[in-house]
Amino acid sequence: MTTTLPATAAPTRETPRPASRAGARLRRLNLPAGAAGWIWLAIIIIPIYYILITSFKSQAGYFSQNPLALPSEPTLDNYKMVLANDFGRYFLNSVIVTLGATVPAVAFSFMAAFAIVRGNNRFLKSANTLFLMGLAIPLQATIIPIYLMIIKLHLYDSLLALVLPSIAFAIPLTVLILSNFIRDVPNELFESMRLDGCSEWQTMWRLALPLTKPAIVTVSIYNGLGVWNGFLLPLILTQSPELRVLPLALWSFQGQYSVNIPAVLASVVLTTLPILVLYIIGRRQLVSGLTAGFSK
Amino acid sequence: MTVAERGGVATARNRRKGSPSDKRLDSRQGRQQGSSTTTGPLNWLVVPALVIFLVFAVLPLAGVLLLSFTNWDGIGSITFAGVANWLRAFGDPTMYHALWLTFLIMALTWIIQTPISLLLGTFTAGTQKYRALLAVLYFLPLLLSSAAIAIAYKALLDPNFGLAAGLHMPFLAQDWLGQPQLALGVVIFVVSWQFIPFHTLIYQGGVRQIPKSLYEAASIDGAGRVQQFFFITVPQLKYTIITSSTLMVVGAVTYFDMIFVITGGGPGNATRNLALDMYLTGFKANQMGQASVTAVILVVLGLSIALWLQRLGGKDKNGSQLEGM
Repeated sequence: MTTTLPATAAPTRETPRPASRAGARLRRLNLPAGAAGWIWLAIIIIPIYYILITSFKSQAGYFSQNPLALPSEPTLDNYKMVLANDFGRYFLNSVIVTLGATVPAVAFSFMAAFAIVRGNNRFLKSANTLFLMGLAIPLQATIIPIYLMIIKLHLYDSLLALVLPSIAFAIPLTVLILSNFIRDVPNELFESMRLDGCSEWQTMWRLALPLTKPAIVTVSIYNGLGVWNGFLLPLILTQSPELRVLPLALWSFQGQYSVNIPAVLASVVLTTLPILVLYIIGRRQLVSGLTAGFSK
Repeated sequence: MTVAERGGVATARNRRKGSPSDKRLDSRQGRQQGSSTTTGPLNWLVVPALVIFLVFAVLPLAGVLLLSFTNWDGIGSITFAGVANWLRAFGDPTMYHALWLTFLIMALTWIIQTPISLLLGTFTAGTQKYRALLAVLYFLPLLLSSAAIAIAYKALLDPNFGLAAGLHMPFLAQDWLGQPQLALGVVIFVVSWQFIPFHTLIYQGGVRQIPKSLYEAASIDGAGRVQQFFFITVPQLKYTIITSSTLMVVGAVTYFDMIFVITGGGPGNATRNLALDMYLTGFKANQMGQASVTAVILVVLGLSIALWLQRLGGKDKNGSQLEGM
């Protein structure tokens, strides 16, 4: 124990030096960068600030006050009105579609990624090539045949219609990211599982799954956000008001209440709230989920 | 070892021909040979992902090509139309305008987004506390959906009750969404506002991976901040720039949600890019065959641009990034 102490103490004794160097660097303040940074902050924050404060204004306040002034008589009426307009149901629809698409997409992709990394036959290799090429298929361009298929399957105007294509289009990137992570698992661990007599199925659940958990969280968030914010599939594949998901509900709400801007902006705030909460409690995971696989 | 491995693969193959799944035999042989073998059950694991991907992504891709040679109004029966849709598309000024707009939006959003996200990424990669705080706020637009952003900007751009009145800047009080040129400008601005935070994140990650020693060596050599940025940061970020540009440019081919909500393609056809043209032709004018032609063009355009960009950066992938270390 005592012999290791000097080794651990040495770096701590050295740390002041780089820190003081950083201090010297700080003293030469980078004024242009700082100024530009604050200007950019204004560009980002003013619209968000406007959305927030306007959503608490009464309609009279909206027409009479300075648009950027805080509401003189803050009110929750807009939020009450939005909630009275079935937003609870739309929220539930969004949750169902997001979970219904993300959980199977990640589970199937994880199984596929495990097989692709562990096996090496021609079938698995060509499946992997197919998934890689699938990265380049844009959802928008396939929407007409998807529409046709969903009609033929008698799924038009159902939440399942949104789930199935969402799963399919989440698979390529998810397989790519997860297989990169599973490839990083040391081969010795797989070997020792084999020596203990575990089947591939058991190896997958007991070894690969726990070791790739961070990547699974990341891809789940990435896919979940994509589905949560998705607009085109619900626009084309559903029709009934009671099946609206949040982005679509937002759009039809602003069409319906275009004169009541504070209420429309309250609906914007409400639909963003769940993701804002996620950002506050798990910023690191959310941020890594947003750039899943791109920032490496 | 290699012989044993080869033997393992061979036995696995034979076994699959005979009795497909005998886990006991499998593990016993593995124990004897100590090598990785391919097993039948692994193939089954890929099946769920493969089936749903084939049915709902690959099949529609083939379907859109087939549909481009048909007439379909979205409800009735589908009839074969030969190359009529394709001929009409190539003689249609709306189509060319949509194609031109797609390129214009692609080019302008790339020119605006790339330098700003590159600088912001470098800025937020710094270790100063205030920069970390700013970064938290910079990423807020990422939380909003495209529909939400479009709706918010519609309110914000109102000449009487929006930003112009709030900031007391009369020149901001324009009919932003009513004038063709201005509407296009709005689309480009809002796209940038929405996606710069995302690309800033990518660049921030890239900058953080640049070895500190490079900067220390440069500052010993007397290089200032600007020189360090242009001679170290930018060259080191070559692959990050290619990744980010690919995402920007390929994304621009299919911009739909935000433009659809904020302008609906108007005024006139001023913001009707290819994706909107496809939607409006197919689902508003009920010409699915004609819209499928646009969809095929979308796919080809996106693919060829992505491949071209990847080739730009792909030549000496291993060499240059570690240069000078």
